Amino acid sequence: MTKRMTPDAIAALKREGFSRRNFLKSSGALIVGFSVGGAMKTVQAQGLSAGMAGAPPPNQVDSWIAIAADGNITGYTGKEELGQGISLAQWQLVAEELSVPMNRVKMIYCDTAFTPDQGVTSGSQSHPANFNHTNLAQAGATARQALLQMASQRLGVPVEQLVAKDGVISVKGDPSKNNPSKKVTYGELVGGKKFNLTVDGKAKRKHPSEWTVLGKPIPRPDMPALATGQFEFVHNVRLPGMLHGRVVRPPAIGATVVSVDEGSVKDMPGVVKVVVKKNFVGVVAQKPWQALQAAEKLKVTWTPGVGLPSHADFFETLRNQKPTRDVMLVDSKDVDQKLAEAATVVKATYYHPYQKHASMGSSCAVADVQGDKATIYSPTQGVWHQHNTSAMILGLKPENVRVIFRRGSGCYGLNAADAVTYDAAILSQAVGKPVRVQLTRKDEMTSENYGNAYVLDQRAGLDAQGNIIAWDHEAWSPTLGNRPGPGTPGNIITGTLVGFEPDAFNPRSPAPAPTAFNNNSNGVPSYVAGRVGGVNGGTGTVKSERSLLHNTKSAFFTGPLRSPARLQNTFTHESFMDELAARVKADPVAYRLRHLSDERLSGVVKVAAKAANWDARPSPKPGNSRTGIATGRGISCVAYERDNGFAALVAEVEVHQDSGKIVVKRMVISNDCGPISNPDGLRNQLEGGALQGMSRALGEEVTWDDQKVTSIDWKTFHSLPLGFEVPKIETVLLNMPDEEATGAGETSITIIAAAIGNAIFDATGARLRQIPFTPERVKAALAARG
Amino acid sequence: MSAINLKVNGRVHTVDVDPATPLLYVLSDDLELRGPKFGCGLGQCGACTVIVKGQAIRSCVTPVNTVAGADITTLEGIGTLEKLHPIQKAFIDEGAAQCGFCVNGVIMTAKAFLDKNPKASDAQIQEAMSGVLCRCFAHVRMMRAIKKAGQEMAR
Repeated sequence: MTKRMTPDAIAALKREGFSRRNFLKSSGALIVGFSVGGAMKTVQAQGLSAGMAGAPPPNQVDSWIAIAADGNITGYTGKEELGQGISLAQWQLVAEELSVPMNRVKMIYCDTAFTPDQGVTSGSQSHPANFNHTNLAQAGATARQALLQMASQRLGVPVEQLVAKDGVISVKGDPSKNNPSKKVTYGELVGGKKFNLTVDGKAKRKHPSEWTVLGKPIPRPDMPALATGQFEFVHNVRLPGMLHGRVVRPPAIGATVVSVDEGSVKDMPGVVKVVVKKNFVGVVAQKPWQALQAAEKLKVTWTPGVGLPSHADFFETLRNQKPTRDVMLVDSKDVDQKLAEAATVVKATYYHPYQKHASMGSSCAVADVQGDKATIYSPTQGVWHQHNTSAMILGLKPENVRVIFRRGSGCYGLNAADAVTYDAAILSQAVGKPVRVQLTRKDEMTSENYGNAYVLDQRAGLDAQGNIIAWDHEAWSPTLGNRPGPGTPGNIITGTLVGFEPDAFNPRSPAPAPTAFNNNSNGVPSYVAGRVGGVNGGTGTVKSERSLLHNTKSAFFTGPLRSPARLQNTFTHESFMDELAARVKADPVAYRLRHLSDERLSGVVKVAAKAANWDARPSPKPGNSRTGIATGRGISCVAYERDNGFAALVAEVEVHQDSGKIVVKRMVISNDCGPISNPDGLRNQLEGGALQGMSRALGEEVTWDDQKVTSIDWKTFHSLPLGFEVPKIETVLLNMPDEEATGAGETSITIIAAAIGNAIFDATGARLRQIPFTPERVKAALAARG
Repeated sequence: MSAINLKVNGRVHTVDVDPATPLLYVLSDDLELRGPKFGCGLGQCGACTVIVKGQAIRSCVTPVNTVAGADITTLEGIGTLEKLHPIQKAFIDEGAAQCGFCVNGVIMTAKAFLDKNPKASDAQIQEAMSGVLCRCFAHVRMMRAIKKAGQEMAR
């Protein structure tokens, strides 16, 4: 056992029955344990509405938990590892609910031959979905309850007198520990047989105070394989006889194929086939380098593109674009009147560009389509959706398509993972052999669905005492396509190229009145009441409120990018809240607390401010010089999707006023996600989210010319490299054992931009209202101070 | 196509490939190594990094014929599960990754640098890592792991 692991981690490993050596060995084995092309398990469709046809029914214990004759346990889950640590947390969960050490549990993640349909692994939904009172957690609790009841019958002892530990159920406090008539193993009770039980919503889950495995900072089991080059990413899947494909994408948005000259590559070494399917063009070759060479040489004649809106005037065009599809989230119908009555009205407009997932590794998939059957290794976030939509693309029956998740490069949402999966499937079908496709960097950067651009108008009315009495939010955001879901392959580029349509854009204006409060998009500011249907659903006190969104048709495919809409809206609200506090010369923390009604949101604000030793006073900071380096602090907070995670973040920055450079020196993040499943994993998410959000806030933006996207590599799309000055980050975790488990992967990324912007204002009195905060924009804002 | 001898992690391999093929393709496809990875193919992100003659190089833009006969070390070659290199150990101990795709480039770049600069300051390490990307932004843990490993290696 190395002394470099933290004492907590070492203790946690020991408790789990691992020596360090075994930990390394078993984690290596875990990686290779799920063999390629294993036998398909026959799964009976139960005719239930939940989940896709053919998927194991989620209301059955057997869909989630199996106990083998030797008592070893297999957990099945539809939530996968994208780098966020959820695979380990689910493994801990199953071990905890079944009262066994982790090394008695093997997990199977996202394989349509085995695992339930849980939609997509996304949106901070894995923790709430599988760690509360349904699905994996509740199936585990039901299994434990059933095992205890079976043991009670077998041993003739009431359940209350039994205890389950390490896969053995024995009589509590029984001194005759070795008396075989007083104990029974899981293997003896159900080994190798099904439970045939419905998940019991009333089966008692273990309270966090009883946890010995869950809630502990158990180290990531994949780290040894990752650090030694043994880990199998989807990029490393190799099948016998596998060929390599490359795609040839349209050179301009909307360009279509006129002709393809197959002869232009027929003499190139290794070329197996040129594949054309409507506007989809690809090449299959023996080796990846040959496929790349051929794809670059292939002569394809395309129509001109459809033309793109001017990048320079984009936001103005967006604001005036028609038609729109309008969504009203909340409307007290008195906003204009209250604004007219207000002592002061403050107005501001915020701007957020299209941004990219821009995965580190370009997306890759391996498909083996032969005859009427397909096996596909994919980094998709939704194997069951991919199973259905690849079947549509291939013209096969869904039940003949098996999709097996293999980890790709971190995706942060709808990167090109689904597109490349279709690419591989199409090319494999064309040659009748397994084909691996990895996109080029440019294809990755242009095959994904971008995070949405936004223009956001804010208006607030203040009374004579400086209280907010009305808040009006009106935003414009373009959309096209989305996740493919179970039936819309045209929502992403490859589906469109082979002839499927994206979701239709259905104009609708004016917006219908809201019927229930829904703040999944965080389009409603935290400081208003959120009153719909006579019930205050929000987290704030301001009664006069309106939140209206106009969606327009986008020129580019759009889709969820980590904290979709939530990030853009929260950047705006939290920056504007700071503007209001400054207007009335109030301390930004106190002013927030004054307008919040939700204790958990107030709680994280207070905790972050305390941990940061918050300098309570109005912004901007008095006495700062208007030249050279100025320092300041800012705060921001969110009730993610209203009730799916609470966080606050204090940022301390240096503004280099001569160059416009921003250096973030320190971040303090407080987070409340209910009971914490793995504190080390949670910290990793909070740290990474905050820094990724910082990169997005300081430099990331999709650019284009009149025909095509021009941010196509790491020189034209600016991600902060490893060598920038990493701020000191402190995370404060609020463990709330009696609350429901919430998401935690998107809280810090949602609030960092406003915290930085507010700190810049504190340092300089200049307000940044457009992401990214490039040096040019910082300098322009400084110049505009007057 | 031509036969090229490559010495990778101490073992000699003969491969029959187009001499212009980037080294990365040979390592990951012909030799089926999982360490070096295709991130961008442009030498911009570091995911493909290997060490040749003590230098961290971007194997995605290095034609294979230019390294024929040279000692090539990949992530697999610096340590194993049984005998970890101090940087590998530090990454495991610090849990320094999220998706893990960039780990190869980060460890290999840091190793080549620390081998030559065992007493490097934090600022020098930062400068050395300035051409490497991690899109999950596990930067805090990675920089901590590199610094810890540096202290261990300097002993």
